[in-house]
Amino acid sequence: MIIIIDYGAGNLFSVQNALDYLGYESKISSDKDDVISADRLILPGVGAFGDAMDKLQKTGLIDLIKSEAVKKPFLGICLGMQMLFEKSYEFGEYEGLGLIPGEVKLMEPEGNLVIPQMGWNSLEYNHQSALLKDIDNGAYVYFVHSYAAECPDEFVSAYANYGGKVTALVNKGTVYGAQFHPEKSGEIGLQMLKNFAEL
Amino acid sequence: MLAKRIIPCLDVRNGKVVKGVNFEGIRDVGDPVKYAEEYNRQGADEIVFYDITASAEGRGLMLDVVRETAKRVFVPLCVGGGIGSINDFRETLRAGADKVSVNSQALTNPDLISEAAKIFGSQCVVVGIDAKRDGNGGYTVYRNGGRIDMKMELGKWVKEIEERGAGEICLNSMDADGTRAGFDIEMLDYVCGKVNIPVIASGGAGKLKHFSDALIQTNCSAVLAASLFHFKELTIEQVKDDCRKNGISVR
Repeated sequence: MIIIIDYGAGNLFSVQNALDYLGYESKISSDKDDVISADRLILPGVGAFGDAMDKLQKTGLIDLIKSEAVKKPFLGICLGMQMLFEKSYEFGEYEGLGLIPGEVKLMEPEGNLVIPQMGWNSLEYNHQSALLKDIDNGAYVYFVHSYAAECPDEFVSAYANYGGKVTALVNKGTVYGAQFHPEKSGEIGLQMLKNFAEL
Repeated sequence: MLAKRIIPCLDVRNGKVVKGVNFEGIRDVGDPVKYAEEYNRQGADEIVFYDITASAEGRGLMLDVVRETAKRVFVPLCVGGGIGSINDFRETLRAGADKVSVNSQALTNPDLISEAAKIFGSQCVVVGIDAKRDGNGGYTVYRNGGRIDMKMELGKWVKEIEERGAGEICLNSMDADGTRAGFDIEMLDYVCGKVNIPVIASGGAGKLKHFSDALIQTNCSAVLAASLFHFKELTIEQVKDDCRKNGISVR
């Protein structure tokens, strides 16, 4: 069972719809026992970092997430991916889950590019990742974000290019994070979710 | 590199697909979910549902369409038409839309843009605009499907939209709409020069070349068409192939 962690963030159903479509059982939950018994966890998220961490704090799940995330496959999506890092500077300074070293900062793309990055961008492979199985280098995925993670290169599975390198897919042990939305990235995104569900 | 987006739009009334020509003479055609699936198969980068129903019942049917589509199509979905309140935004997003497009109501109540952006995030707030040449070298904005002249200058309106936190503008040129003579390059260029948020070109697509023309000659981020795709005169694949041939980056 894949547990999609519910902390009041939007977009939970899109992730569940995609998993349903692929035929994987999932449940949206903020229940401790569910998180413990899950064989995989997904942390979705849209909105602002500080607000999302506050909401997550209120579920009382933070310590449990930190301990479970290193025991079983854990996927953070978009803001959920940013929350994997140590710190974010979105509207202030906030502590993240600290599962992967790095910080989240406002993007400063070179050239005449707008913020947020919104739309389909191609992945540039950096390091092997199980999530990229059967996906070609250069595959397009759907991004919507203004902030991006800056983290050691060794944890970056793929970058995207948006007026400079943008951290797109990260991995450290059992912890995975996608800055883009696999649940909105067509066939490529579905393949990636399948790869996660088959880990 | 960020790809330029090719977006099919489906006009929906009472849960069924329709297509208006110059906003009139609508004829009924079919199941929106089926069309969305087909567009997804063809490589649509996003799918827009435009609800032309005025009734509460029709709105409910639209939400059903969104719910069903979101279970089968995994690209961003945008829903517009008759959105007038924060609650409309909430219901539409909950049904599975990723973006909500607001037009007339944003003109009568611009706070709706700022509030929606604050509550749901700029990324899901799209402002649709119907605009037309004013006869004096400028452009003016209309509401209610082009029926009411707001006597508002287009450049002023798009700047306000951006300042209020909208994530995107969908610009429909009433001068080009229904002509099939191409997107309104002049008007598009004017708007792209005024704002820093993505602009979607709408209205006037009649053949393959029109898409690459708009994407090459202006700074727009996406091109939208309804009937061309709807009546299978062109597929999204054909448009994308042509874009690639012209050096435009597409998915």
